Amino acid sequence: MSVTEYISIAIGAILINNFIFSQFLGCCPFLGCSSKVETASGMGLAVVFVMGLASAICYVVNEFILVPLGLAFLKTLAFILVIAALVQFVEMFLKKAVPSLYSALGIYLPLITTNCAVLGVVLLNVQNGYDFLGSVIYGITGGIGFLVAIVLFASVRERIQFSDYPECFEGFPICLISAGLVALAFMGFSGMKIF
Amino acid sequence: MNFKRQLKEGVITNNPILVQQLGMCATMAITTSLFNGVGMGLSVLIILTCCNVVVSAVRRFIPDQIRLAIFVVIIAGFVTIVDLLLQAYIPALSESLGVFIPLIVVNCIIIGRAEAFCQKNPVGPSFVDGITQGLGYTVVLIVMCVIREFLGSGRFGGGLIDAVKGFTLDGTGSGIQLFNAEYGASILTLPVGGFLTLGFIFAAMQAALKKAAKNKAERGDDEEEEEEDE
Repeated sequence: MSVTEYISIAIGAILINNFIFSQFLGCCPFLGCSSKVETASGMGLAVVFVMGLASAICYVVNEFILVPLGLAFLKTLAFILVIAALVQFVEMFLKKAVPSLYSALGIYLPLITTNCAVLGVVLLNVQNGYDFLGSVIYGITGGIGFLVAIVLFASVRERIQFSDYPECFEGFPICLISAGLVALAFMGFSGMKIF
Repeated sequence: MNFKRQLKEGVITNNPILVQQLGMCATMAITTSLFNGVGMGLSVLIILTCCNVVVSAVRRFIPDQIRLAIFVVIIAGFVTIVDLLLQAYIPALSESLGVFIPLIVVNCIIIGRAEAFCQKNPVGPSFVDGITQGLGYTVVLIVMCVIREFLGSGRFGGGLIDAVKGFTLDGTGSGIQLFNAEYGASILTLPVGGFLTLGFIFAAMQAALKKAAKNKAERGDDEEEEEEDE
């Protein structure tokens, strides 16, 4: 794959096909962890980290273990195990080596196992036929797209606390409606052609 | 635990999407036509029921520390089975749901029910719980599909119902055109519409539950419950 293809993968993943706003991957943590900007950015950073690593490892697992053995149909099972183990290892490693980052990420690290953006990105890597570098770039930039979206949305939610809305919209519904409006803003990027 | 009460819990008072707020991603992503909604809902129902039965059958043998890993493996196994069956028998559905079929593995509803219900209950009630919770999920998906399809493009039953052929399973049905698609709010068929529609359904549900609770408190009896959809 050429450099221009890599760049278009990157920009596509961050802006045009943003994981949350156009593909709905990772909505649960997006809606659950976005009440404050700090927690949102912690979650976002953890996702960037794990998505990049998971893309690299799952590419290797798929290319050198599953495909040669003719077990490609087991990829869902294999990938979720890889992700669960990876998250566990990352947690142990950070606890030992970078305790400051570990305490900053806190509870969000184990939660990432069930973030469908992570499983989604590795499945999409296989589906789109990206090579190793392409997979890693897609993973990292997809994570950055998630980070951008969740931080933006957390700042919107901090504002909502002071606004006046109908009683029955309290809590979850108003979040969904405002997420819809943020998604509407992101739609401005759709149809943008790179190269 | 009788069936009727579990049914009411699954569909209304403890609905997986509208009350427990689980499994949002797929709910918003795939509800663009009735075909997708029914297909996804039934797939989740089947997987959820199978997983519930297996988890509650082996619940005494699972060590507590690694139970989540075991749940995930059980779920992933059933998801793979359903994924392959759909690819073989209903390829159109498998194509239009795409990556969201394998992603049922990380759908919080299934692992949530395994953790909250099947661990503590025997096989019978867990089986019923799978069916009722799956039905609750399917009902919300169908409501979302019908609203988005009707207001967005003026159609009903896209993919599933055909004006000429009647009922189809190959995803080619064009649906029944109720008004000209040009007059539809096409934004509802775009991703944004998923957020907005679900937000409004949530708000309606909250309003209905609140009203029901108020009525109940006024009357002082516990039998009736108001049912309001959309």
